[in-house]
Amino acid sequence: MSNDSLDPRVNRLKLGEAGEVVKVEEGENWNVYEVFHQEKRGAHHEHVGCVHAPDPQLALVFAKEQFARRKRCVNLWVVKSADILAFDVEDEDMFANNLEKTYRDASGFKVMEKINKFKQSK
Amino acid sequence: MMNNAALTDLIIKMADDELIQGHRNSEWTGLGPVMEEDIAFSSMAQDKIGHAWALYRIFHEDLGGANPDTFAFLRPEKEFKSSHLVEMPNGEYDFSLMRHFLFDQAETVRYESLQESSFEPLRLLSNKVKGELKYHTLHANAWIMQLSRAGEESHQRMQQALNDTIALAAGIFEPSAVHEDALIGEKIYPGETELYHRWLDRIYPLLVKASLNLPEVAAIVPVYGGRQGIHTTYLQPLLKEMSEVFNLDTEASW
Repeated sequence: MSNDSLDPRVNRLKLGEAGEVVKVEEGENWNVYEVFHQEKRGAHHEHVGCVHAPDPQLALVFAKEQFARRKRCVNLWVVKSADILAFDVEDEDMFANNLEKTYRDASGFKVMEKINKFKQSK
Repeated sequence: MMNNAALTDLIIKMADDELIQGHRNSEWTGLGPVMEEDIAFSSMAQDKIGHAWALYRIFHEDLGGANPDTFAFLRPEKEFKSSHLVEMPNGEYDFSLMRHFLFDQAETVRYESLQESSFEPLRLLSNKVKGELKYHTLHANAWIMQLSRAGEESHQRMQQALNDTIALAAGIFEPSAVHEDALIGEKIYPGETELYHRWLDRIYPLLVKASLNLPEVAAIVPVYGGRQGIHTTYLQPLLKEMSEVFNLDTEASW
């Protein structure tokens, strides 16, 4: 059966009989890279999305056009998604009680009073 | 007093190369090998057309030439000065990428030389396109490296693409039969022969890194003719397609 498509990407898949074993050739298995965008020097790099690429260099090349085409940008980071360590979704309960522990909020520290006092003493 | 005829010749051949190369590259839009690459390649095609527009504007504003739109879209084929390299159909991605690599390295060498041009508009433009060209060559270099190292078939195809394009690319540096001495004498640019050698020095180490063999330089016979208005059979259909919409109503305002 012919699967000719106008899209060369579809033709390249060489779709055959369903159930046939698909062999992934060397270099065909691209990685996903997470992209971090920096808006100005000294600012944090913020996560903006991801790109597919065969290596980090091309990931950076692709990220530039995907994520730094319009918005102001001074630099980008790319990190292989697989290199990022994260908690499992079911471990979300570890964070469940955070909302009750307001005494841990930075707002709990009354520093302004001390600062004002210090300023007046000068 | 600057030599207007000589300047015009230089600017038009540069602009026509950018326009035709930009158009060819834009033909990949929607057909690129992967989405990310499709976007990057299309975006660079737009940049090329932007460079062409900037050059046509210099021609229009500083040298008394025609309006950029009419000049780009209504000229007969014989008046185009594009090189044969940019006229060639896209073929497969290996050919398109190799052409992109060779063309953009040539463009970079040329604009770098214009940083010292005695003609201010070209000097200003060379500063303006610097960052874009840096990205274009970074993109081209990364792909050439990647594909030359991606197994035997891939390497062989890149080598074949290089063998097929090198003489065409050398044709970018076709010296003007009339204006070359004036342009060099007035320090507008260093001349095609000098740029050709700078370009060879630039691409050689990159090709070595990619394990690709640059064919014997002495044996390369550059494909000339484009700068004199002699073109391949591929240019006319391209021009027809490119100006199709413009020709529906040449007076329309956009």
